[in-house]
Amino acid sequence: MPDPSAAPLLAVRGLDAFYGDIQALFGVSMQVAPGEAVAVIGANGAGKSALLKSIAGLLRAPRDAIVCEGEPIGGMAAFAVAARGIALVPEGRGLFPSLSVEENLMIGGQLKRAGPWSLQRVFELFPVLAERRNLPSTALSGGQQQMVALGRALMANPKLLLCDEISLGLAPIVVRDIYARLPAILAQGTSIILVEQDIVQALKAAQRVYCLQEGRVALEGATKALTREQIAAAYFGV
Amino acid sequence: MSDSKRVRVVFESRASRIALVLFALGVIALAAAPYWGGRDDLQLLAEIYAYAALASLWNLLAGYAGLVSVGQQAYVGLGAYLLFALAILLGLSPLWALPLAGIISGLVAMPVAGLVFRLRGHYFAIGTWIVAEVFRLAASQVSLLGGGSGTSLPASMIIAIAPSRALRDAVEYWVALALALTILVAIVLLLRSRYGLALKAIRDSEVAARCSGIDVMRTKVLVYIVTACGTAMVGALIFLQRLRISPDAAFSVNDWTAFVIFITVIGGIGRIEGPIIGTIIFFVLRQTLADLGTLYLMMLGLVAIAVMLTAPKGVWGLIAERFGFSVFPLERRVILDDGTARK
Amino acid sequence: MDWINVIIQGVLVGGLYAMFAAGLSLIFGVMRLVNIAHGDLIVLAAYLALVITQTLGIGPLTALLIVVPAMALIGYLLQRILLNRTLGDDLLPPLLVTFGLSVIIQNGLLTVFTADSVKLQAGAIEVDTVRLAEGIYVGVLPLLQFAVAVAVIGGLQFVFYRTALGRAFRATADDPAVAQLMGLDNRHVFALAMALSLAVVAIAGVFLAVRANFDPSQGPARLIFGFEAVIVGGLGSLWGTLAGGLILGVAQAIGAHLNPGWQILAGHIAFLIVLAVRPQGLFPKVRM
Repeated sequence: MPDPSAAPLLAVRGLDAFYGDIQALFGVSMQVAPGEAVAVIGANGAGKSALLKSIAGLLRAPRDAIVCEGEPIGGMAAFAVAARGIALVPEGRGLFPSLSVEENLMIGGQLKRAGPWSLQRVFELFPVLAERRNLPSTALSGGQQQMVALGRALMANPKLLLCDEISLGLAPIVVRDIYARLPAILAQGTSIILVEQDIVQALKAAQRVYCLQEGRVALEGATKALTREQIAAAYFGV
Repeated sequence: MSDSKRVRVVFESRASRIALVLFALGVIALAAAPYWGGRDDLQLLAEIYAYAALASLWNLLAGYAGLVSVGQQAYVGLGAYLLFALAILLGLSPLWALPLAGIISGLVAMPVAGLVFRLRGHYFAIGTWIVAEVFRLAASQVSLLGGGSGTSLPASMIIAIAPSRALRDAVEYWVALALALTILVAIVLLLRSRYGLALKAIRDSEVAARCSGIDVMRTKVLVYIVTACGTAMVGALIFLQRLRISPDAAFSVNDWTAFVIFITVIGGIGRIEGPIIGTIIFFVLRQTLADLGTLYLMMLGLVAIAVMLTAPKGVWGLIAERFGFSVFPLERRVILDDGTARK
Repeated sequence: MDWINVIIQGVLVGGLYAMFAAGLSLIFGVMRLVNIAHGDLIVLAAYLALVITQTLGIGPLTALLIVVPAMALIGYLLQRILLNRTLGDDLLPPLLVTFGLSVIIQNGLLTVFTADSVKLQAGAIEVDTVRLAEGIYVGVLPLLQFAVAVAVIGGLQFVFYRTALGRAFRATADDPAVAQLMGLDNRHVFALAMALSLAVVAIAGVFLAVRANFDPSQGPARLIFGFEAVIVGGLGSLWGTLAGGLILGVAQAIGAHLNPGWQILAGHIAFLIVLAVRPQGLFPKVRM
């Protein structure tokens, strides 16, 4: 089990974030320890995606508001954040339609960061992709496309994997199938932030949870220590 | 707000009314130019009117309809060649040939629109340029009008305009002023009409405009044809004053597109006042820097690039933003009975 | 025999037009930018080759070793410093800035080199011919130019579909925001695409300079030929672009054979016919 008291891999401190003129996050703070899986849950518009986009460098953030391994990375360009080992699996998967499955994976690995993941290891994790490596990524089913998106992020050998709603639009059986692969990813020492509306899956996979409500952290704690009622109250704000 | 009699919808504001009065006084002073100015003054002013009109038309096309053409020299040249053809080959008086050249060019623009509208965005721009090249090459094949080396307007035709030279200068000058004003007024009226609203909607979001029942294509084609018609008349007038035409001069991309684009961008694209301010700046620069030749053109290009990147709304955009002011207001304002105005 | 010669000449010139077009097509595919200064950059490359051959006393083909990297560097810097700032949803800034650039390059060349036309001398190779069949001879130089054109198109095709750089181009064209998440800096990727485009421009410029007289005003016509080849061939297909170039070359050759004044006009008319009956081009492919 990861030790939450160890120096955090990622720390977010009092983050305010904006979509244009609209403020999406108000003083959000959170931490992720090395090798830890953290769930971020909340209703639609609670600011979950804004949090991930700020970390990944797609939204502006104050420099000191986001710290990775002791170094401030807030507001850094997305490609520079990626080079530091933070990989985002974007909402809606964001596969490149003119690239084949294999090319999508290879472009994920184009930073050539050292680590356990390679084309072969990704194909071992998702064998179905190996059979379809030469197909255009658009020819795959939704679940398979999500596997490509996950595999593409892993190819960067990230220290921290950010997953934005990987269950979105997928059948429950497919979601369970994908979540079943997460322990294998954590076992390599990679930390994960899971942003989800599907609370049940997220709570099962994560050790700790942050619940966002209207851009603020309404509840945080170890998943096992929290009751359903506490979470429901924080989720719906009742 | 339930009592509709207490709400009026108007375009003008107080500042714009004052500016409009000043504009009208200016026009009267300019109309009297043959009585106070020399021959050179009249020619320079007529050239200024021509450029203000060409720039206003290009502004309508690119700034309001989003049709960025780099081939409007096609219609300058077509109008000019039609005027010479109607005068030389059919013996029509040049002053009658002028509006006729505009109408025929508008008709020609219809099938041309059918072709170039198949190209989108950037490719539309180059497509219009090819059309201009085709017109230029075709004009140089017409041996009746001098082929590649061009031709002059016969003396009998020139005398037909007016018997004395002074009177002829004055008539041509007044035609130039009237044409420029007509084009300006027509553009303002068009933009205030339901087509203007449609253009604004298209500029904000083409998809949303289509969903609210606007025939986007039809509106754009209409603007393209109207612009072609106006541009051709201006072209015809320019070459009537020059008395000589050649394919290279009539279809010049530098004279009729580069300058016109730079004027509009520097003055402020997408605003009625922009091309007028731009024309004034252009002529002030030209009168002081024209001796520099090619260097002057390079500077103009650099200024236009700098304006596009740092102040994309141009000089008039900066003025209007600062003072919230407009001479030809296009936006409707709602006046409530307590005298407050709402946009 | 006459007509066969005409068509062969057209095909060989068409290779040059395909090179004009390939650079244009490449940057449109990657960043949806149409560079109106493209033709003027071709003429700039021709003058660069002229200066290099004259000052160093080397042949035009050797000069390629300097002109190609020099133009690529100009392309990289141009994109990085100027053109990246124009990209966005609005069509106007890239069009107007490249149009301004076109006027600046053209008048800059006029200031330095005057309006007199010049030509690059290639030596004995210019008059060498080979016999293809009884009565059909072709120049070695046009043949070389055609072979280089095919090699350039093939090379671009390889880069685009078989290399990491090509993957980066295609990914950035698909979705610039997600491409950034892969560690790709869009500004750098776009600048590399422009560098590659101008490397092709450099090759085209040198062959243009060897083939015939040129002067500073020729840029716009080269842009138009390249553009016509792109549209005739079909957007997004490199081999289609080659075919488009050949069709344009043959149309011009036939026009010129009928009447010397019809050469350019015949090319434009072929383009307009394709636009009228098959606006998507002859060999379209939606994406590169």
